[in-house]
Amino acid sequence: MKAFAEKKVLLSNVGAIDPERIEDYLDRGGYEGLRAALKRSPAEVVGEIKESRLRGRGGAGFPTGLKWELVLKSRAKTRYVVCNADEGEPGTFKDRVLMEGDPHRLIEGMTICGYAVGAKRGFIYVRGEYALSIRRLERAISQARQRGLLGRKILGSDFSFDLEVRAGAGAYVCGEETALLESLEGKRGWPRIRPPFPVDYGFRGKPTVVNNVETLANVPEIMCRGAAWYRTLGTGDSPGTKLYPLSGALNRPRLVEAEMGVPLRTLIYDFGGGLPGGRELKGVLVGGAAGAFLAPEELDVPMDFKSLWEIGAGLGSGAVLVFDETACVIDVLWSVLSFFAHEACGQCTPCRVGTVILLSLLEKVQNGSGDPAVLEKMLKVTHLMKVASLCPLGQSVRLPVETALEKFRREFESHLKEGPCPQCKATTEVHA
Amino acid sequence: MGKLVKLRIDGREVEVPEGTTILAAAAAAGIEIPHLCHHPELSPAGICRLCLVEVDGRLLTACYHRAAEGMEVHTDTDRLRRLRRLNLELILSDHPLDCLVCERNGTCELQRYAYEFGLEGNRFRGPDYDRQELPAREDNPFIRYEPEKCILCGRCVRACEEVQGRGVLDFASRGFSTRISTGLDRALTEVNCELCGQCLAVCPTGALTERARRFRGREWELRRVDTVCPFCGCGCRITLHIKDDRIVRVSGGYRGFRLCVKGRFGLSFVHREDRLRTPLVREGSGFREASWEEALDLVAERLLTIKGRYGPDAIAGLSSAKCTNEENYLFQKLMRAAIGTNNVDHCARLCHAPTVAGLVAAFGSGAMTNSIDEIVDADCILVTGSNTTEAHPVIAQEILRAVRRGATLIVVDPRLIELAEHARFHLRQRPGTDVAWINGFCHVILKEGLWDRDFVRERCENFEEFAEVVERYTPENVEGITGIPADALVEAARAFGKAERGMIFYSMGLTQHTTGTDNVLAIANLAMLTGNVGRRSTGVNPLRGQNNVQGACDLAALPNVLPGYQKLADPEVRGKFERAWGVKVPERPGLTVVEMFQAALEGKVRAMVIMGENPMVSDPDISHVAEALERLEFLVVIDIFPNETTRFADVILPAASFAEKDGTFTNTERRVRRVRRAVPPPGVAKPDWEIICELATRLGYPMSYSGPAEIMDEIASLAPIYGGISYGRLESGGLQWPCTDPDHPGTPFLHEGRFVRGKGRFHPVEYRDPAELPDPEYPLTLTTGRVRWHFHSRTMTGRVAGLQELVPEAYVEVNPRDAARLGIGDGDRVRVSSRRGSITVTAVVTARVPEGTVFIPFHFGEAAANALTNPTLDPRSKIPEFKVCAVRIEPVGK
Repeated sequence: MKAFAEKKVLLSNVGAIDPERIEDYLDRGGYEGLRAALKRSPAEVVGEIKESRLRGRGGAGFPTGLKWELVLKSRAKTRYVVCNADEGEPGTFKDRVLMEGDPHRLIEGMTICGYAVGAKRGFIYVRGEYALSIRRLERAISQARQRGLLGRKILGSDFSFDLEVRAGAGAYVCGEETALLESLEGKRGWPRIRPPFPVDYGFRGKPTVVNNVETLANVPEIMCRGAAWYRTLGTGDSPGTKLYPLSGALNRPRLVEAEMGVPLRTLIYDFGGGLPGGRELKGVLVGGAAGAFLAPEELDVPMDFKSLWEIGAGLGSGAVLVFDETACVIDVLWSVLSFFAHEACGQCTPCRVGTVILLSLLEKVQNGSGDPAVLEKMLKVTHLMKVASLCPLGQSVRLPVETALEKFRREFESHLKEGPCPQCKATTEVHA
Repeated sequence: MGKLVKLRIDGREVEVPEGTTILAAAAAAGIEIPHLCHHPELSPAGICRLCLVEVDGRLLTACYHRAAEGMEVHTDTDRLRRLRRLNLELILSDHPLDCLVCERNGTCELQRYAYEFGLEGNRFRGPDYDRQELPAREDNPFIRYEPEKCILCGRCVRACEEVQGRGVLDFASRGFSTRISTGLDRALTEVNCELCGQCLAVCPTGALTERARRFRGREWELRRVDTVCPFCGCGCRITLHIKDDRIVRVSGGYRGFRLCVKGRFGLSFVHREDRLRTPLVREGSGFREASWEEALDLVAERLLTIKGRYGPDAIAGLSSAKCTNEENYLFQKLMRAAIGTNNVDHCARLCHAPTVAGLVAAFGSGAMTNSIDEIVDADCILVTGSNTTEAHPVIAQEILRAVRRGATLIVVDPRLIELAEHARFHLRQRPGTDVAWINGFCHVILKEGLWDRDFVRERCENFEEFAEVVERYTPENVEGITGIPADALVEAARAFGKAERGMIFYSMGLTQHTTGTDNVLAIANLAMLTGNVGRRSTGVNPLRGQNNVQGACDLAALPNVLPGYQKLADPEVRGKFERAWGVKVPERPGLTVVEMFQAALEGKVRAMVIMGENPMVSDPDISHVAEALERLEFLVVIDIFPNETTRFADVILPAASFAEKDGTFTNTERRVRRVRRAVPPPGVAKPDWEIICELATRLGYPMSYSGPAEIMDEIASLAPIYGGISYGRLESGGLQWPCTDPDHPGTPFLHEGRFVRGKGRFHPVEYRDPAELPDPEYPLTLTTGRVRWHFHSRTMTGRVAGLQELVPEAYVEVNPRDAARLGIGDGDRVRVSSRRGSITVTAVVTARVPEGTVFIPFHFGEAAANALTNPTLDPRSKIPEFKVCAVRIEPVGK
């Protein structure tokens, strides 16, 4: 079995350069990817990305090259590039590290994308709370403009492209790409029905590439070093490295970068330093709040799109939240569900009402006041939300609920019989 | 029509135009897909998620996703039924189950689905997540909002934005706390809401309802009567819902639900206690009740005496644009056949007489050329002298709809009216300078070669004389006269010149001038020059102000024509009427409205019959009208309420309102629609047509009809444009004249292929100054108009509590710069004076009016704008210059 070590590709500059100095970035080969791209035709650039088999790091893992190609081939003249930097998934802090530590990498990636798909304008929609990211990006953009790396006739070519940073206003749902576009247009941040997808009907109704920060950060490397090199990293299905935000009951919670396919166990016990105080691991929430609960016997799963999909989970943002034997699963799920109830946009019925109903049913479980049918009711509601909700927010609530119920059923049943356990008694007071 | 796509829905093959939604395609196949947030007249939202359907195992949103070729759609599988059932359970989990006392019981769409899906009990109902007690709100006169009953379908939000262009309502907060709200939760009356009630018309539940209907009758107890709204010329079809002979609520409207605040909420005047219930006869300084016999005998006796002593032309009659076609026909017949004079006129004189004079001269017909339905397909719309949003709300909605679909809107109006906010161009001319800018438009269009040469050559005449005159109206010259910047004029003219389908709308702002006829002729020139006549979505469209002002003109409540605009001067025409009426038809044209009052002052007119008009508010220079009415030897007024004019009467006869009689109205687009009796008249009041018949009979000219249907048959036999109209045909909907025979389908737009007069005639018109210009003594220009909350002289709307409360009194709009110079603050009392009189009103300081111009709504008898206006007439159409006169303003000591 392959031995995994941390592998810094995306993070290679982070901590090593002064993110407020473009010179530092240039000294380390920055914007060489853009230079390389401008020497080739847009179709060739798209071809290179396709060949690299880069997949979107926002969670869905859609092939990036294909997305770009759809926009490149669009009949509409005006196209846009939008970077989804509205990082709101609980336990996720990877994009922030990139934007704060190496902002030019994102700008370079977006500019290459703009060239490849024929866009003249791009937007970086940054989570409003990320004040430092916003400041550093704005500074980097102005430096890039001064050096002719953004703006009119970039690097003496015929290609003109510029970027704007827009701050979100504290809605998780705006991390959903169509809600993000609505918000970017100045409207209420409500998701659109898909299809049409943003590649056909995006910002102001024009074809738009919406890519996650981490996805775009891969692009300069691919342009410099080629698709073949890129495919040597990671797995055949999910090439490249991945940023994994590690949090929860760990000795060294932090952001690590490793090749796709690194086993979850390696992330937890090697890179994360294991659990503090020698405690036993009870479960892991993988991929963020919209992710899946994994049991201790599933720790050998390789952390890539395909492997996680095969066990009914998802890579999501790559976030790994570890909880130990002292945590109450119902309590953890309560946090997850109250997060969704708080962040539901209110637009469609299944999610608007479903989230609060789930929360109330879970409280019945916790109080021991419900009959066993409560669990079936929960699954009925999550099923409706999965198939009938308008956007991925509502659709994904089923994953944590179903996996928690499946893997920790006995804990739910004991709560139903005996009422709150000591752990949730402690936190219920916090809730109240 | 575009391409068709073929698909199968539940096994049924359906073919629909490309772009049709799955939901609409299913409906076309007779399959109803459950839905709550969707409304066919609004954009799709796709948020209730009830309309999900299965297509190849995938779930698609039927109200949003489009039908595609070869699609195999399943709308009613077990899986879908389970999902819908559960979804409904979720919606109902926090919905108050007070159907017992809910106004929408029986018509609630949620209730209907709950029943259809057999939702007994609810697995998810619980106190834990009930929406916090949200109190019902009644923060405005008409609309009740119960947030607990709201299912957040957003129809009201979309109706407000998409239909009314207001955007007053929106979603607030998020998640489960989401609710419908105004900005900062303020009352509807504080957020520029028009209270049109489009929101409640589309609400699927009892969340938004009419305040006035509460506990006044459940839907199945209500009797429904289809009739026509009695307010403006839009002439919307409405349905009155009645219980115990009282109107409980109003529904219907344009495209099934669109009404304005007056049509939806302004009909309670019908049931007011102060309706005239019995004939009244003057006794000393007051009136006493009398029987019909006594009152009618008295009227007949006095009229016969005066006719005997001074001749028939000593009697004059004012007919009414509020009364039915049949009543107007009979009224002019009363004047012409029973009394023997052509002295009959009505308020059209004060609104569209120049339109009739001008458009008859240019086109051969004075009517609005095109139809309301065509507006949405126009690609350029020019609105001038019409505050459409307030005076013709439904037409303004259609203009907005066209703008939303990409039409260019040009507004030429001194005031910043609401349509101007949606316009590409807003040109603010000095009041009374319309000929100049219209000629300027023609100048630019000619100069830039944007005119329609083929149309002008083949279909028009007198072009060279016209071209010679407009040659002088260069943009620079026009700027000097009108104050419209030359470059703006050029750009707007270009936009109109380039349009494929250009539609012109105008109203009193163009006609109520001493140059009214010239203004209309100039507009007709512009339309002909650009080839915008005789096709769909084009035309010259004068908007008629009253519900039946078109019909009153059609049926010849005018001194110079016989019904159907047949020439009085033509002996053959007179002969036809003489044979039908059995008496000689007087040949000499009669007096117009303003001339009648002048003649009364001079002692030439001794008696008047006034039916449903209130000249003491609506006519210019009111003190002059009062003097004239005082001088009359005899005045009989037929009306539904006592008003400013009945005070001068010798006999007052109580009439039935629109809701209490049968008949027809003809709206601004020439559409004849049935008016139906819904409730009995109060007291012994009678329909006007019955009163006229009884009076004519007493005057020695027996009139007897079995009812309005028979009167319409007589009209059809005499007036060719109404030749094919009968009550039988009107049962199935309205008909637009000309409708010449029983098989004629009616005419949506006029002058197709050929103008009514043969060739369209260009009339060279030169600019002339208004009759009265500002001077040092009276330095400001006064212009008058309407507000949306009131109608005409407020005989009706002044008696609707909510409307009266919203705008209780007259005011004057003053530009902030003028106000600063004059030391006037917003809300101050000011005296406005002209050479003819003065009134005291409240000042509203606003940039809606340009510097140097002030505006007063004319509705208010207590502070009548028409005490100030200038009665100088347009020489051709005899319309007075309501829209321009010189005034001064001074603060009144506080």
